Amino acid sequence: MQFDSFSSFLSMGGYAFYVWLSFGVTGGAMLLLALQSYLQHKSLLNTVVVEQERRARVKKARDNASM
Amino acid sequence: MWKWLHPYAKTEKAYRLCITLQPWFWIGAIVCLFIGTIWGLAFAPQDYQQGDSFRIIYIHVPSAILSMGTYVAMAVAALVGMVWQWRTAYMTMIAMAPVGAVMTFIALFTGAAWGKPMWGAWWVWDARLTSELILLFLYIGVIALYGAFEDKQQGGKAAGVMALVGVVNIPIIHYSVEWWNTLHQGATISKFDNPSIAPEMLWPLLINLLGFALFIGAVTTVRLRSEIIRRELHRPWVQALASSYYENKRT
Amino acid sequence: MVVALYKGIFKRDMSIAFQQKAELMQPLMFLLMVVTLFPLGVSPSPDTLQRIGPGVIWIAAILSSLMAMERMFRDDFQDGAMEQYVLSGLPLPAVSIVKVAGHWLVSFVPLLLLSPLLAVFLHLTIDMYIALMLTLLLGTPLLSLIGAIAVGLTVGLQKGGLLLALLLIPVFIPLLIFATSAVDSAALQLPYYPQLAIIAAMLLLAVASAPFAIAYSLKVSQN
Repeated sequence: MQFDSFSSFLSMGGYAFYVWLSFGVTGGAMLLLALQSYLQHKSLLNTVVVEQERRARVKKARDNASM
Repeated sequence: MWKWLHPYAKTEKAYRLCITLQPWFWIGAIVCLFIGTIWGLAFAPQDYQQGDSFRIIYIHVPSAILSMGTYVAMAVAALVGMVWQWRTAYMTMIAMAPVGAVMTFIALFTGAAWGKPMWGAWWVWDARLTSELILLFLYIGVIALYGAFEDKQQGGKAAGVMALVGVVNIPIIHYSVEWWNTLHQGATISKFDNPSIAPEMLWPLLINLLGFALFIGAVTTVRLRSEIIRRELHRPWVQALASSYYENKRT
Repeated sequence: MVVALYKGIFKRDMSIAFQQKAELMQPLMFLLMVVTLFPLGVSPSPDTLQRIGPGVIWIAAILSSLMAMERMFRDDFQDGAMEQYVLSGLPLPAVSIVKVAGHWLVSFVPLLLLSPLLAVFLHLTIDMYIALMLTLLLGTPLLSLIGAIAVGLTVGLQKGGLLLALLLIPVFIPLLIFATSAVDSAALQLPYYPQLAIIAAMLLLAVASAPFAIAYSLKVSQN
């Protein structure tokens, strides 16, 4: 451990702002990217399902109408 | 020799491969990044000149290396798509592009945050940062070109050409910017090239490099799955996949 | 016999160009106006203008060439001639060279003719102007060749203009660096052959490889 205490770890030898800004923005960017990719995937699967249900409904309506 | 790769020209096979690889990428990325970051932040020794601010190197260098590596990977994917006419290759290229762009952004941001305490300026037009900025423009160009096409098959081919033009230009840009930098350098000396790095400092760097690479792989597989679904919307296997996923969600 | 076909393509491009004189003047006017902005916006002092002059002229040349480039394949694409070129037995890379050469003649030679005026506006010395001319002679064909690749890709798109700039500006940066450095060296009475040699090398690389890339781009757009 290079630091004597947790507070000295946080202060990073006086460079706290720059170090934690870097790590924070990086972590945030990576998190956002991963999250956006995952949510995009989920929403795509949802559109497929929604379309499937819509087609099933239309088919049902048409079958009922023709009977 | 490469026969084992051939099945992955089919989108369904490629999709299954993504599902298989995904957990390994995520677990590997999280483990490596956790170890590398903690090691680098808390256990690696201070730099005698830059103090604790040099710890930014543990993000800046991996992201800079991988930003260029991802672009080269995009170009390789474009080449495979062009020569062997694989749609999955073009889809992989497009899946990687935003990930590479984010890596480039991280390299630029951490470069600026590192530069401010060192040289007193948030931005300096040194060779490395300027090359990274131009690389970001190249990424944005490829992404914008693909987005401008309605026919995504055509768009993939067009973006592939630009990716290849870009990859040929990256060394030219890099060396010309470096040369330009030597002409216009003021009193600042580029400290980004550490002359010799002690082993206690090197290991966390390498582990983070692996961690970032695995992260890129993980996000790319997620995005590749999305791209495959988007392009193959009406195929029966996609329909079956979506409804089974929905069933699992409901139950 | 085949040469006659290429001559035909070239003649057709020339006659179309001369019918569109207004469209050809616009990039030149843009160039002139952008160069005029710098003394107004920065400073009219000869020292400052001489210092920034090479960069200003080259940046303005790049920007105005991006405007001029759009017309390289657009008309052929819209009236079906491009389809004919692709389907004909002619090797598309060769057709590309003919078209790029025609475009260079029509778009960049006027720029070269205008350059003495720009040099006078920005107080460039004779030595600087000679260097500028040489860089323009070597560099503008490079702009045409590499630009044609991106123009070929975007010719089918609706709003290709700004996208073209986005794609090409990063690629033109090395040319900008070496060209302005050559003129700056000339200002200091230093030799600038190395910079010219590098630009010439890039040009040769482009001449060797761009036609194939342009042909591929045209095929992609033609679908």
